[in-house]
Amino acid sequence: MEWIQQLVNGISLGSIYALIALGYTMVYGIVKLINFAHGDVFMVGSFVGFYSITIFHLGFFPALLISMVVCAIFGVLVERIAYKPLRNATRIAALITAIGVSLLIEYTTIYARGAQPEAYPDNLLPFKNVEFFGVKISSQSLFILAISILLMVLLQFIVHKTKIGKAMRAVSHDMDAARLMGINVDNTISATFAIGSALAGAAGVIFGMYYTKIEPLMGIIPGLKAFVAAVLGGIGIIPGAMVGGLVLGVIESLVSASGYSLWRDGAAFVVLILILIFRPSGIFGKNVREKV
Amino acid sequence: MKKLTHGKGFWTAIVVVAILSALIQFLISGGTLNSFYVNTIFYIGINIILATSLHLIMGITGQFSIGHAGFLAVGAYASAIMTMKLDLPFPVAILAGGIAAGVAGLIIGIPSLRLKGDYLAIATLGFGEIVRITFLNIDYIGGASGMQVRHLTTWPWLVACVVLTVVVITNFTNSTHGRACISIRENEIAADAMGINTTYYKVAAFVIGSFFAGIAGALYAHNFYIIQPTNFGFLKSFDILIFVVLGGLGSMSGAVIAAILLTIISTFLQDYSETRMIIYSLVLIIMMLYRPQGLMGTKELTSLFKHRGTGKGGMPNDNKQTIA
Repeated sequence: MEWIQQLVNGISLGSIYALIALGYTMVYGIVKLINFAHGDVFMVGSFVGFYSITIFHLGFFPALLISMVVCAIFGVLVERIAYKPLRNATRIAALITAIGVSLLIEYTTIYARGAQPEAYPDNLLPFKNVEFFGVKISSQSLFILAISILLMVLLQFIVHKTKIGKAMRAVSHDMDAARLMGINVDNTISATFAIGSALAGAAGVIFGMYYTKIEPLMGIIPGLKAFVAAVLGGIGIIPGAMVGGLVLGVIESLVSASGYSLWRDGAAFVVLILILIFRPSGIFGKNVREKV
Repeated sequence: MKKLTHGKGFWTAIVVVAILSALIQFLISGGTLNSFYVNTIFYIGINIILATSLHLIMGITGQFSIGHAGFLAVGAYASAIMTMKLDLPFPVAILAGGIAAGVAGLIIGIPSLRLKGDYLAIATLGFGEIVRITFLNIDYIGGASGMQVRHLTTWPWLVACVVLTVVVITNFTNSTHGRACISIRENEIAADAMGINTTYYKVAAFVIGSFFAGIAGALYAHNFYIIQPTNFGFLKSFDILIFVVLGGLGSMSGAVIAAILLTIISTFLQDYSETRMIIYSLVLIIMMLYRPQGLMGTKELTSLFKHRGTGKGGMPNDNKQTIA
């Protein structure tokens, strides 16, 4: 029974990874950039949620919405200021810039408010354990899962049913052809960053609620793991990021449950290296032959 | 190989370095330099080794590695085990640190160098994290609380290691093997088509680079009295990366100059570590936006004194950053 409980924990954790991974995968799919700063957008989202709850005494849902909106704006700003001038630069230059932006956000936050952690208020949502065939599942886990699924469904709707979603798919398929067809590529890329960052902001608030402790450097490890999740599912593929996140969360929980909790962080990177060696295109990816 | 050792410049440089290091040794033993400056100088030496070793991997061979602190950690712990647990002399420990890191480089290099660009970067990053977490979980070497190490790094050893690193890597760059590595950096597919065994050269450069990172690790461990897994996190890798990027990918003198400058700057900003990181990251972003080829591009310092600039990094007139 304990295993099933761990499985449920893993799915909750995995859905947080999945939300962050979606932003990575969308951005990578469209501009081929590993947005290292994405983990820090997640951190910013968490803090925005925290401050709107503690200072403005808002409930959980308004805080979630505010955090998503602020993160969307923040993500677009980062893209416009740091990444847009580098659109034709080498991949390495863009990657180094992304690392720079990530560190800049982290240390500016520490500079502005100090490095001390904050405790998320834990009375936002009703907390009780639901008995389910003898398995105790906390209502929070279910709640997290529900919000994540809702956001993912919403994302699928945006990508497949709306005009901007169509533009995003077109740009990720072939940027130049999309531009020739009259699609405003710059705005589409900004929209991608906005949607991805909003999801990261939501993940930040959910993370804070679930783990109750947030700090300025909290984005690094979940960010990296979410990237692993995106690679695991096949980078650039939206359902891949969801599945990858869930799989990674479950793997981590199972590693913890088998008594190797100190190795939990290592497990994600072992998964990454294995997947990169044996199936670099990920679970859902197709092999693309390199053209000269 | 032949060019460098036969050149007048080589022996002049060795003599200058010998005189300078004797002078510094004199100042250290005479007590003129206080321990703050001595520490800074030692730190500069270690960082030069790290910068040149990463320069070989990133600047010459064009393989993007952001887990270099992992090799530093392997070297540091291997050498610390040699001196503290097995009571072996310091030179053996330095060599052991280098070899252990080299073996680690081989183990990680063979599978992950099949990857390119971004994927390789992430794989090396993951490797660095795995090394850190592994050391965190081994009780034999102290786990999270770290390992006490005697202070054994002396100035002559440090100078010897720095000179050895610079000479070996310069010679390697100028040899046939180095040319092969540069051709991989310029265009891997073309290099492959010209009959260069790209996997072999990539792994070779990776192993040599990690070997020297391991040597730097040995010196690092025996200079700071205590080593902890947290010293070798992602930020340490980033510190090394910024030396190479700022100096110019493909320029060894650039990497060395950046290592010296940034070590001095960061020593003075030690009490303001947040400000230091903000400045570092801003410099990195602005550099990438306005001068992505770094301070020196692929030029070397020596090429500035020549008429038709035949630099060591290859393609000296082409200041474009060509790493894909």
